[in-house]
Amino acid sequence: MKRLKAGILVFPGSNCDRDLGQSLENFFSCEVEYLWHSRSFEIQHDIYFVPGGFSYGDYLRSGALAARARSMDSLKAAIKQGRMAVGICNGFQILTESHLLEGALIRNKSLKYICRNIGLKGEGVFKDAPAGYHLPISHGEGNFIAGSDTLKRIEGEGRVIFRYSDNPNGSMNDIAGICDASRRVYGLMPHPERALLPSLDDALTAKRYGTFFFEKLFALL
Amino acid sequence: MSFTGIAIVRFKKSVLEPQGQAIHLSLKERGETQVELVRVGRYIEVQLNVTSEAQAAEKMQNIAEDMLYNPVMETCEIKIEKR
Repeated sequence: MKRLKAGILVFPGSNCDRDLGQSLENFFSCEVEYLWHSRSFEIQHDIYFVPGGFSYGDYLRSGALAARARSMDSLKAAIKQGRMAVGICNGFQILTESHLLEGALIRNKSLKYICRNIGLKGEGVFKDAPAGYHLPISHGEGNFIAGSDTLKRIEGEGRVIFRYSDNPNGSMNDIAGICDASRRVYGLMPHPERALLPSLDDALTAKRYGTFFFEKLFALL
Repeated sequence: MSFTGIAIVRFKKSVLEPQGQAIHLSLKERGETQVELVRVGRYIEVQLNVTSEAQAAEKMQNIAEDMLYNPVMETCEIKIEKR
């Protein structure tokens, strides 16, 4: 198989960029390039990731300042050319703030930062997620909202990719992740890059749930 | 001439605003029974170097729409002050 080239956008305050890069290199033999926020980049990657973290310290709104960084103009151009982009956690917030995905992510209903494994139901390209599928979440602002028309459109077009089995944050329709109408842009709050090693506290240690996510994703390329 | 643009960003009424709810709850626990609702928003000052108030208003509107608020969840009220 051809080595996939992955570009990872890095902003001041990103903190899952290296985890993600290492995961892609070690588990999927990807060629990884880190792309700094203040520079535009050449579109030469198969897939782009917008990683988790606290870009710009979550100032103004989470993802708001990162969404307006120079590297995001290149990302938009890449998507126009048919490249794929995936935002994880803060990356999902950045993609909604840059209007590449609809909706917004606001403070968790509980007001608490939540960091734990959470049950998920896969839909769309991820509909084969096995029973008991789960991934870690780690966010304070993962409460997905959208206008009623937008929400209807997302649902009507089958663009929800993951739903929480037990909604932790108040998200509308239990939404944990969506894709855009072109099905080239994906965003989700859970962290698949943190679920690649067999988990110590999980009886189903053979099932590496993060692997399922990336394999399904790469199959689209 | 210098103007200060002020943006007051509020969560839409339909959007749950948990900080306000938490403050409301704390106030209730302190015996403030007459408080009916608390909403937390954001106040942003932008100092502008422009030639007229109309220009300041236009510039401020553009900045607000580009960055200062997210219309999915917020509304924005703009005021211009001479400084």
